[in-house]
Amino acid sequence: MSEKGISTLGREGLILRLKEAQSKFGYVPQEVMAELAQSLEIPINEVYGVASFYSFLSTRPLGRNVIRICRSLPCYLKGAQTVIEAVEKELGIKPGETTPDGRFSFQLANCIGLCDQAPAMLINQDAHVELTPEKITQILRMYK
Amino acid sequence: MPQQRVVLKNCGVIDPRRIETYLERDGFKALAKVRREMTREQVTDEIKASGLRGRGGAGFPTGIKWEGARQAPGEEKYVICNADEGEVGTFKDRYILERDPFTLIEAMAIAGYAIGAKQGYIYLRAEYHHLFDLLQNAINQAKKSGYLDGFRIEIREGAGAYICGEESALMDSIEGKRGESRYRPPFPTTSGLWGKPTIINNVETLMNIPQIILNGAGWFSQMGTERSKGTKVFSISGDVENPGVYELVLGSPLRELVEDLASAKDIKLIQIGGATGRILPYEKIDTPLAFETVLGAGAVTVYNRSRDVIDIVYRTMEFLAEESCGKCTPCRQGTEVMVEILEKFHRGEGREQDIRNLEALSQVMMLTSLCGLGQAAPNAVMDTLQYFKDAYKKRVVV
Repeated sequence: MSEKGISTLGREGLILRLKEAQSKFGYVPQEVMAELAQSLEIPINEVYGVASFYSFLSTRPLGRNVIRICRSLPCYLKGAQTVIEAVEKELGIKPGETTPDGRFSFQLANCIGLCDQAPAMLINQDAHVELTPEKITQILRMYK
Repeated sequence: MPQQRVVLKNCGVIDPRRIETYLERDGFKALAKVRREMTREQVTDEIKASGLRGRGGAGFPTGIKWEGARQAPGEEKYVICNADEGEVGTFKDRYILERDPFTLIEAMAIAGYAIGAKQGYIYLRAEYHHLFDLLQNAINQAKKSGYLDGFRIEIREGAGAYICGEESALMDSIEGKRGESRYRPPFPTTSGLWGKPTIINNVETLMNIPQIILNGAGWFSQMGTERSKGTKVFSISGDVENPGVYELVLGSPLRELVEDLASAKDIKLIQIGGATGRILPYEKIDTPLAFETVLGAGAVTVYNRSRDVIDIVYRTMEFLAEESCGKCTPCRQGTEVMVEILEKFHRGEGREQDIRNLEALSQVMMLTSLCGLGQAAPNAVMDTLQYFKDAYKKRVVV
């Protein structure tokens, strides 16, 4: 949003505002959804419908850093499973879970468009490619 | 046929952070030409004559789309660039955006002129947020240099949803809604974004525009086959030695891409067009890559002889079931039921009746789904039932 601020947008700004909440709180809290419904004059179920539709928005609290390992076929063929297992071992959590200290949430993602450098993952917005179980420890250390 | 760099002409040659390097390569000359010498009608006629068809998978003639939006009544019109490539195995648009954002911007400005739009949007998938700054910087430079006078381009980011690559769902997402496919008609050219005339073009489609304007429709339509003009950019991955992005003249044999360029060996099957694409056995490796045969958005995933057909189809269907937007029943329920059936085969507990059910369900989904996702979702099942029926039979409990 270069020219007009998010706040000046009406209904079309809903996804942007939800994303704002997502990065501020690590999820979209119910109170935020209620406020948005009120200020945009739309039903709260519509706000929830949008918040729950997109995979980069979460209605449940997530960790400070979100790991998304690609599980689609091109990454699967290149051994994504071993990378998934390495993350599970390193963090002691399964896909869909968050570490007790809130440092990481771990998710599996559908194709993230890095198939030529498979297996790949995103941590927050950063792309990490050509992963091996050995690389995982080092990469995770970069995120506090 | 050799590799031919039309779309990728500037990739790896220019500096995507500096507009000067683009200007040295005829950058913005096509935009200057249309603004100076061509009427809007002449522009859409030229694109029509070129035979350019959409590179996002559907292959709709670009010129006809543009003409429709140009002729549609209304002051307010929109140009949208679809940079939401989410098809499994597709990464060519990422490759292009990383290396040559300027051609795309020039093409959008030409499109704006042609249909009479003052506003353009680039819908960038959330997974590509790492490209945002590069793209915004290119827009800023073009604006500062005066190339975007009278036409504004804004980036709108997705939030993670495969279906938003479907044009009507994409527009709903820009409007701040769930990305669900719309009933058509009306078509976007008359009633698109906020109900206004809109054209939505894939990144790669737009990349062809400046050169068609500068070199002429005749130059472009010399390349390719009867119904597939120009080149296509392919993303190839899977069991290959050299994964990556390759541009070939349309009609080139699949073998050239898969064996000669990507150096695949011991191939069992090839999936062309991602999760909604077609599956061909190795015996069909000489199939030409074109709209009239197999193409999709140009995702090519290669599987060697160690791979299990049922595993591939099962995982493909899991993806589609998860990404179905849920609006229409055939797709929402059909993909789920297919996952359940394929899961049985995966466990080795299929039944003869399940094969017949898969065939019947495929027909219903293809015929009655609201958009391309549901209509094409059965492709992997249908193709493997045709070419690899034994793989299913072996998993039937007797």
